[in-house]
Amino acid sequence: MKLLTGNDLKTGFVTWWTGTDWSLHIEDAADVGEAGEAILAVEEAARRVNAPYIIAGEATAEGPRPAHIKDRIRALGPTVRPDLTLKPADPAAGDWVI
Amino acid sequence: MYKYDEYDHAMVAARVAEFSDQVKRRLAGEITEDQFKPLRLMNGLYLQLHAYMLRVAVPYGTLDSRQMRMLAHIARKYDRDYGHFTTRQNIQYNWIKLEDAPAILEDLASVEMHAIQTSGNCIRNISSDQWAGAAADEITDPRPWAELLRQWSSFHPEFSYLPRKFKIAVIAADEDRAAMRLHDIGIQIVEKDGQHGAAFYVGGGMGRTPMIAPLIKDFVPLEDMLSYAEACLRVYNRYGRRDNIYKARIKILIHELGADEYRRQVEEEFGHVKSLGIDPPKAEFDRIAAQFAPPPLDASALDTIDRSDPDFAVWVDQNVAAHKVPGHAIVNISLKPVGGIPGDASSAQIDLMADLAERYSHDELRVTHAQNIVLPHVRKADLYAIWQALDGAGLATPNLDLISDIIACPGLDYCSLANARSIPVAQKIATRFSDLGRQKELGELKLKISGCINACGHHHAGHVGILGVDRKGTENYQLLLGGSGAEDVSLGTITGPGFDEDGIVDAIERVTDKYLAERTDGERFVDTYRRVGMAPFKEAIYG
Repeated sequence: MKLLTGNDLKTGFVTWWTGTDWSLHIEDAADVGEAGEAILAVEEAARRVNAPYIIAGEATAEGPRPAHIKDRIRALGPTVRPDLTLKPADPAAGDWVI
Repeated sequence: MYKYDEYDHAMVAARVAEFSDQVKRRLAGEITEDQFKPLRLMNGLYLQLHAYMLRVAVPYGTLDSRQMRMLAHIARKYDRDYGHFTTRQNIQYNWIKLEDAPAILEDLASVEMHAIQTSGNCIRNISSDQWAGAAADEITDPRPWAELLRQWSSFHPEFSYLPRKFKIAVIAADEDRAAMRLHDIGIQIVEKDGQHGAAFYVGGGMGRTPMIAPLIKDFVPLEDMLSYAEACLRVYNRYGRRDNIYKARIKILIHELGADEYRRQVEEEFGHVKSLGIDPPKAEFDRIAAQFAPPPLDASALDTIDRSDPDFAVWVDQNVAAHKVPGHAIVNISLKPVGGIPGDASSAQIDLMADLAERYSHDELRVTHAQNIVLPHVRKADLYAIWQALDGAGLATPNLDLISDIIACPGLDYCSLANARSIPVAQKIATRFSDLGRQKELGELKLKISGCINACGHHHAGHVGILGVDRKGTENYQLLLGGSGAEDVSLGTITGPGFDEDGIVDAIERVTDKYLAERTDGERFVDTYRRVGMAPFKEAIYG
């Protein structure tokens, strides 16, 4: 599974390619397969997202997740501030990347 | 406190206007990220893991209540209600929107602050002793000299594109509270034959290749200080390596040239530079120095402290330091509550500290390189009221210089360069050693954690240091012992194979247990380590 990610130009927030647009939620991320480079080129030219790049991902029961811890933290927020993540009500938020 | 003159105001205002236009063009898609990145970095705006991060300069760590309140305002209005005080005496905001950056810089400029030169290959924020102007052991206040260096280095046309970033610290006491010899240039104001001069230590630093700065010149007359600094930078700018980022710092140049040859070249350059008239006339220095005049402290103020509240007494013993004026004290506010995030403070806490400074500390605060805050000029009679206010806000943890007073970089929770998380490790260690009696039994023990080799958490200089690394996609933590950033400066040594997050906490406990078993009367951890060496600790850790 391959995911396309970057940071939103205006806010800097982490964003994920959904297949048609960008979303702040990793759950919306689409497997870009082998099309990643082509999408990346188009999106870079559109200049809505900073420095987009392709990462390895994996399908989980909660939806798509980045394979590497750094991008899991990007996706789910700082592990030390679960109140600042996208799912603040999740009691296990602090364990998301463990 | 230094107050901006018309030139300072004009320079900062011009930069805000310039950067606002650059942001506008970036948001309009007129310039690419590659074109914009060096421009935003010159204004302290990084792109980190979760958002843009803004690093705001706090020159030599000094600020007043108006400025501190502005830092709280920015946290509240533009960020997520907190800021992170850093090891360069600055503050960082982790959730900044690009479209808000111009407004933030305007707000900062309104209180004589900015984010200029907090990134990039230029001379960064000048750091200093957080007790400057108050410490009983200083020979003079080093901040007028730090301010002079700030003015000289701001927008210096020759040094805006150095081979690599450049950090300067200035102190004026034998006790080094600023990790002076771990800077590119460390300046100590010293006294010789009744005259003050500057001892120049050049070529220190941490990062990938840690080095302790050698003494390059033991006494530079203060009227020559800027010229000598200019000569030191010129030699570096001319010969520092630009072909390899890992060998680009001045420490590598001096290591490869040798201190003697570097000194020879600096002296030669100084002979030329001195003829250029860089050093300011005495009247200009006196104008700057006058703004750092000591506050009107009453030396006849009550010099005793009512210690009848035992919790207060514990805090006084640990977090309050001697002031040069009788009846007064230096209050150190720990930003290291057990289980908290080292260096973080909420907007409400920042506001409270501003209020206390205004009411009790002649409107002054300091940010320390250990990520704490100082109220430098407090009457002893006011200590109890201050402690009560701090205690009510979760700011009265009595752990200064104890094992839970941990320096930690933001690590992988926030930083795009990091390989491992620092903060959770700090939290687990502080929790494991949360018993204050146990901490005090261990005594002074400086524990410092970095989440990558860049060493923002000063792990090389920790009595106990921790370096987070990425081992095949998994966080791993190396343990170092025996470092110090103080006047007994030394670099820590790696103990051996690394640990996982829980393993490193266990390893530290084995180290501290061994220390307690080995120490003799009066020995700090680092003293015992230096006396007995690594072997017994290694055996305790690995068996």
